Amino acid sequence: MSTTTVERAEAVQLRVMENAQWNKPVYETSGLNLWYGTSHALKNIDLTIHEKEVTAIIGPSGCGKSTYLKTLNRMVELAGNVTISGNVTFQGGNILDTSMPVELLRSKVGMVFQKPNPFPKSIYENVVFGPKIHGIKNRTILDQIVEDSLKKAALWDEVKDRLHENAYGLSGGQQQRLCIARCLAVDPEVILMDEPTSALDPVSTNKVEELIQEIKEDVTIVIVTHNMQQAARISDRTAFFLNGEVIEYDRTNTIFNDPEDPLTYDYINGRFG
Amino acid sequence: MEQAEVMVHVEKRLNRRLMSNKIGRFVFLLATLFGLFVLALLLYRVVSEGWSYINWSFLTGKLSTDPNRAGIFGAILGTLWLMAVVAPVTMILGVATAIYLEMYARPNKLTELIQTNIANLAGVPSIVYGILGLTVFVRLMDLGNVVLAGGLTMSLLILPIVIVASQEALRAVPSYLSEGSLGMGATKWQTIRSVVLPVALPGILTGAILALSRAIGETAPLVVIGIPALLIPLPGSIFDKFTVLPMQVYYWTLDSSLVAEYANLAAATIIVLLLVLLLLNSIAIVVRNKFTKRF
Repeated sequence: MSTTTVERAEAVQLRVMENAQWNKPVYETSGLNLWYGTSHALKNIDLTIHEKEVTAIIGPSGCGKSTYLKTLNRMVELAGNVTISGNVTFQGGNILDTSMPVELLRSKVGMVFQKPNPFPKSIYENVVFGPKIHGIKNRTILDQIVEDSLKKAALWDEVKDRLHENAYGLSGGQQQRLCIARCLAVDPEVILMDEPTSALDPVSTNKVEELIQEIKEDVTIVIVTHNMQQAARISDRTAFFLNGEVIEYDRTNTIFNDPEDPLTYDYINGRFG
Repeated sequence: MEQAEVMVHVEKRLNRRLMSNKIGRFVFLLATLFGLFVLALLLYRVVSEGWSYINWSFLTGKLSTDPNRAGIFGAILGTLWLMAVVAPVTMILGVATAIYLEMYARPNKLTELIQTNIANLAGVPSIVYGILGLTVFVRLMDLGNVVLAGGLTMSLLILPIVIVASQEALRAVPSYLSEGSLGMGATKWQTIRSVVLPVALPGILTGAILALSRAIGETAPLVVIGIPALLIPLPGSIFDKFTVLPMQVYYWTLDSSLVAEYANLAAATIIVLLLVLLLLNSIAIVVRNKFTKRF
C-alpha cells in the first residue's frame, strides 16, 4: 500500500466522520429527474439538505440550479409542461406525489426571489400577508408578528416609523429584506433564495448576507448564487451543478479548497462558467 | 475612398428624404384634421339645432307628441335602468370569465377555441345580438320587451369587450407578484383576490366603463327587441317596458318629416347623451388614475 493510497483512505474516513456530524436532513432528494417539455433539465439528482445550515448551489447559467431550487417548493410547476420523476422527501413525505398540498408545502418553505417582489401594498400589509392568508386576523398578534419579523430581517429600525407607507418607497436592498421578513412572518422551516442579491448593490448585498447568517439559527436556507465568493462566505455546504447534474456536493470549505472533481476545481477557479 | 462614395449618395438622397418626410407629415396632419373637422361639424350642427331646446322641463318631462311639451325623463330613467342591469351582469360575468381563462384554464385546444370565439364575438354586428335577445329573453324566457330583456341582450353584446379588456389587464400584472404570493402558500384564489385583482383593477374598470358607454349609445339590438315609440309611463323596475336616449333620438329623427321640431328634440337628446358619455368617460379616467397611483 503506497502512502498516497493511505492518505486517500484517511481523507475518505475523515469525510465519513464529518458526514456523521451533519445536522439532521430536511430534504432528501433521490433520483430526481425533470424535463421542460423534452429538454432534460435535472438528471438523477441525489442531494440532502441539512437542518439549520446554509446550502449554496452554484454552477453556470442553465445548469439547473434554479430549477432544482424551485422543485423544493414545487414552484417549478408554474412553468407548465413540466415532467418530474424521483423522490424529494420533506418531513417524511415525498412532496412530488400530490398528497401534500402545495399550499401547505409553501407555507413551510418560503421563497425569496432574484428581483425583490414586495406587493404594491404597505410595508405592514406585506409582512402580514402570510399570516393573513392563514386566517390570522387579531390585530395585536399581527402587530407583534410585524415587529418580530422586521427585527429578524434587520429592517425594523429603518421602517418602524413608516409601516403603513407603500413598500415601493423602499430601496432595492430594503425591499429584499422586506421579502425575507415576509417569509419569516409565517415561521417557515426552510427559506429558498434564488440569487437574492444579484439585483442589489454591494452594501445591500452585505446586509442580506449578514441577515442570512443570523436567521440560519432558526431556519434552513438553500441559496442559489452566481457569486462564488458569496457561496464561500455564507454557506456551510455547497453543491456544484453542471448540465443538470450534481458534480460535487460537500462542505463549502472542501469544495473551495480541495474539490474532488476536476470540473469543480475548474469552475471554482474561473476556467469556465 | 469608400466613405467618399457613401457621402455622395447621402447628399444626392438627402433632399428627397427630407421632402418625403415633409410630405408625410402633411398627409398625417390632413388625416387628423379631417376627422376633427367632421366631428366639429357634427357637434356644431347638433348644438345649434338642439341647445335651445334643453331646459328643465325637457329633462324632467314625460314623452309627448307635442314637441313643446315633450320631455326625455322616461328615456333618461330607461337608460339608467338599463345600465343597472348591464353594469353588474357584465362586470360579474366578464371579470369571472377573464379570471377563469387567464388564471385557471389549462392552455389546451378547448381554451384556445373559447378564446378565439370570444375575440370573434366582439366583432359580431349588434343587430345579431338583438335577434338573439328577441329569441331567448323576450320570447323563450317570456320576459317581454322589458328592461331586463334589453339589459341582458346589451350585456351579451358588450361581454366580449369586457372579457378581452379584463384578460389584458390581468395579463399585464407582473408574474413576479403572483409568484411572491403563491410562494407564500397562498391559494390561487387568494393570490388573485389580494394581489392580482387590485393591480389589474384600473385596467378592468377602464375597459368596463368604455364598454358601458358603447351599450348606452347602442340602438340596433333594442330596435329588434321592440321598444315602443311613444311610451308615457316611466319605468319603475327592471320588469317594466322602457325606452332609452338613443332610441328616442332614432324615433324623433324618423318622424322629423312629419313634425319639423322633432329634429331639434333629437339634437337636444343627442347633447344629453353625449354629456352622459362624457361623464362616464371622465369617471373611467378618474378611477384609472386613482387606482394606478397605488401601484
